[in-house]
Amino acid sequence: MAQTKTKSSGVTLLVATRKGLWQLHSEPTRRSWRLAGPQFLGHIVHHSVLDRRDRKTMLAAARTGHLGPTVFRSSDKGRTWHEAKQPPAFREGSGRVVDHTFWLTPGHVSTPGVWYAGTSPQGLFRSEDGGATWRGVDGFNDHPQRKAWCGGDKDGTPDGPKLHSVLIDPRDAKHLYIGMSSGGVFETTDGGADWRPLNRGVRADFLPDPDSEYGHDPHCVRMHPSLPDRLYQQNHCGIYRLDRPAERWQDIGATMPKSVGAIGFPMVLHPRDPDTLWVFPMDGSSVWPRVSPGGKPAVYRSVNGGRSWQRHATGLPPMQAWLTVKRQAMTADANEPTGVYFGTTSGEVWGSRDEGRTWKCLAAHLPHIYAVEAA
Amino acid sequence: MRVLIPNPLRSYTANAAIVMGAGKTLDELTADLDRHFPGMRFRVIDEQGTIRPHIKFFVNGAQKRSLDEPLSETDEVMIVCALSGG
Repeated sequence: MAQTKTKSSGVTLLVATRKGLWQLHSEPTRRSWRLAGPQFLGHIVHHSVLDRRDRKTMLAAARTGHLGPTVFRSSDKGRTWHEAKQPPAFREGSGRVVDHTFWLTPGHVSTPGVWYAGTSPQGLFRSEDGGATWRGVDGFNDHPQRKAWCGGDKDGTPDGPKLHSVLIDPRDAKHLYIGMSSGGVFETTDGGADWRPLNRGVRADFLPDPDSEYGHDPHCVRMHPSLPDRLYQQNHCGIYRLDRPAERWQDIGATMPKSVGAIGFPMVLHPRDPDTLWVFPMDGSSVWPRVSPGGKPAVYRSVNGGRSWQRHATGLPPMQAWLTVKRQAMTADANEPTGVYFGTTSGEVWGSRDEGRTWKCLAAHLPHIYAVEAA
Repeated sequence: MRVLIPNPLRSYTANAAIVMGAGKTLDELTADLDRHFPGMRFRVIDEQGTIRPHIKFFVNGAQKRSLDEPLSETDEVMIVCALSGG
């Protein structure tokens, strides 16, 4: 995710895994890295994010195999943590149960203390006290169309349907986008009171009607921080760009090499250049192996908004490397040149300090990585 | 009554393996535990009042599946975290 820092400085990566949370710290050149942790050892940590508005509040979404979902909050950049007094939970009597909190997003700069959380199954929650207490965003959770948009709570991705990619327009605190797997991309312009689908142009070739208004599977949706009308998404069915106020997504995955395809989970944007983005393709053929195509991992970068792509694999294993990178497990720092990072389900963190051209393994032997965020 | 706390919940009880609780039902007991150890109940009982899938309650050695299960002050309640995978 984009940041506000522009000078070259040390980077911290928050590495959320199926068995706990680690932090990777670099010195300013980003040549050497130090692994710290674990925290919450044994907890399933789906996401951990720093609040860039105060640069000290940090939240972590966690559960364990036995215990229900909760959120932990730190006000000292992760040195000490306290559990939320009221974690995200659906209203009693609704019949719905939060399995886990999947996504965390700090709110608009004009609303300090506000955070949003996306859950599995699809639910949207808001905190106004820095993550200590959470309430459902009723306009979404109780929307009369929600069930039609999302399907059942047991439908969707293998480890549960998810609400993710909560994006807040930096020009307007009431203008939000969300992504849902499944469901698609949705937009509100009134702070969450009402929502509408925004999926025109996106294929959904797993639905009876491939031009459906909703029911899509965006894996990761990003908004450019300096050009908020520019949206990108890595979808189950390709890579897309949308330049608002247009309503129809443009297919920018068709220019990917046919042998690689346009399927993947994560996507990351350059913090300053709206035309530069990175994806990590995976094999979406046949039974969907969801690993690097041909066992040859590579990052693909576009510097022209997706009109063309360059393969970058220098430093990555040349063969027999069957990597999977989940939708929250790729990020960029704000340095110049921008550093790009990804974590694998096999517990490796890879980094590039030259905008994705060359790669180095920064950490290995970690548990299954769910999320990597630059802090 | 005595309540036996499993390892995964002892972060709430300052590592105490046995605590005292009160209530005429399992529902009331877990509410009482939550007053003394805030946050504990939601980790074992979901927002719809259902015992979570990998949690079991035993009263005097017998598993109880309903939170309406009546309790007396002399009962011993054991909370068990059942197997939940690797």
